[in-house]
Amino acid sequence: MAVIELSVNGKKISKEVSDNTLLSDFLRDKLSLTGTHVGCDTSQCGACVVHMDGNSIKSCTTLVADCNGSEITTIEGIAKNGKMHSMQEAFKKHHGLQCGFCTPGMVMSAIDLLQKNKNPSEQEIRDWLEGNICRCTGYQGIVAAVKDAASKM
Amino acid sequence: MKNFNFKSASNTKEASKLASGRATFLAGGMSILPAMKLRLAAYTHLINIKKIKSLSGIKVSSKSIRIGAATTHAAVAASKEVGKSIPSLAILADGIGDPQVRNRGTIGGSIANNDPAADYPSACLALKATIHTNKRKIAADKFFKGMFETDLKKGELIESVEFEVPEKSAYAKFPNPASRYALVGVFVAKQKDGVRVAVTGAASSVFRSKELESVLLNNFSPSAVDKATVSDKGLNSDIHASAEYRAHIIKSMARKAVSSC
Repeated sequence: MAVIELSVNGKKISKEVSDNTLLSDFLRDKLSLTGTHVGCDTSQCGACVVHMDGNSIKSCTTLVADCNGSEITTIEGIAKNGKMHSMQEAFKKHHGLQCGFCTPGMVMSAIDLLQKNKNPSEQEIRDWLEGNICRCTGYQGIVAAVKDAASKM
Repeated sequence: MKNFNFKSASNTKEASKLASGRATFLAGGMSILPAMKLRLAAYTHLINIKKIKSLSGIKVSSKSIRIGAATTHAAVAASKEVGKSIPSLAILADGIGDPQVRNRGTIGGSIANNDPAADYPSACLALKATIHTNKRKIAADKFFKGMFETDLKKGELIESVEFEVPEKSAYAKFPNPASRYALVGVFVAKQKDGVRVAVTGAASSVFRSKELESVLLNNFSPSAVDKATVSDKGLNSDIHASAEYRAHIIKSMARKAVSSC
């Protein structure tokens, strides 16, 4: 057990956790931020993607102990003043989701892509989303959403 | 995942000292954490080495590139210096796993784990890498011992990996369509004094293909690859591919790599 201090969606948090606590479980069980999903639990599906110090990571394969002093952003932290993030707007507009299970990870991963590549090609979008699996949409709407968001962000 | 003690080391001496008993080093955790969750591995202590400053970063000279053990794949892929000096290495790093794995996974972790389908071990063999540890220097040819096995001793920590700059080189990977791990990956490098061809994904551990090296030494061209006989002896046969198919893919990846040199 150790006391971990980190910032989650801009809020300073200090909590005692056991050393084997995963970031995904910490967010969901200790902070009730259940927008971060756990699908495969083995870093394949990407439903658990969050940002750590600005980079997208898989929270199911990250120890909270390893996040001491870090800034974490989850899907709950991207809307501002009740207004959806442009990426969320674009997913809604282009039907980039059906059941919604993969969506938080998709959105967080796609935002990281646009941070690093402002105007990605369709192929670059598909390559980037390799670590995010969607089992309903067939990806067409997702790719269209990321393209549209790129023109607005 | 069974519980363990997590400790951050601030220098390599401390890391080495902490690594007693059933302890291991933790860098990105992209292999070790899934292995621990699946109960394939269990440790009493994980020693975090990411806070050790000397283990991160890339140093380039005219003859070699030296990459700190805790440098992420994303940092290697994005390095302009690596892209200029050994572009194949940057391309390889950019093709490991997915972006989130590349943001966390490290070169030291990859080679210490020596997964039979990992990408970096092939670059180490083909680019005559030297693995610098806190105890000694190990030539890549002596480092990779077998499936998930290396020459590292208990408490020995990789500090950096130094690659020789070749005349030309390329990496071609045939990824498993589901896992994206290399079903077969071939790294080809032409040095002043020879040619090296390293194959990953095809057998229980990375290996050099003497057959391909000898035909390419005479004639470094894609057509020369066709003259080589690549045996399927000792190659993996599993639900993804038979040994015979893997032997075939080794040649086609070698051809592809040589053409893009």
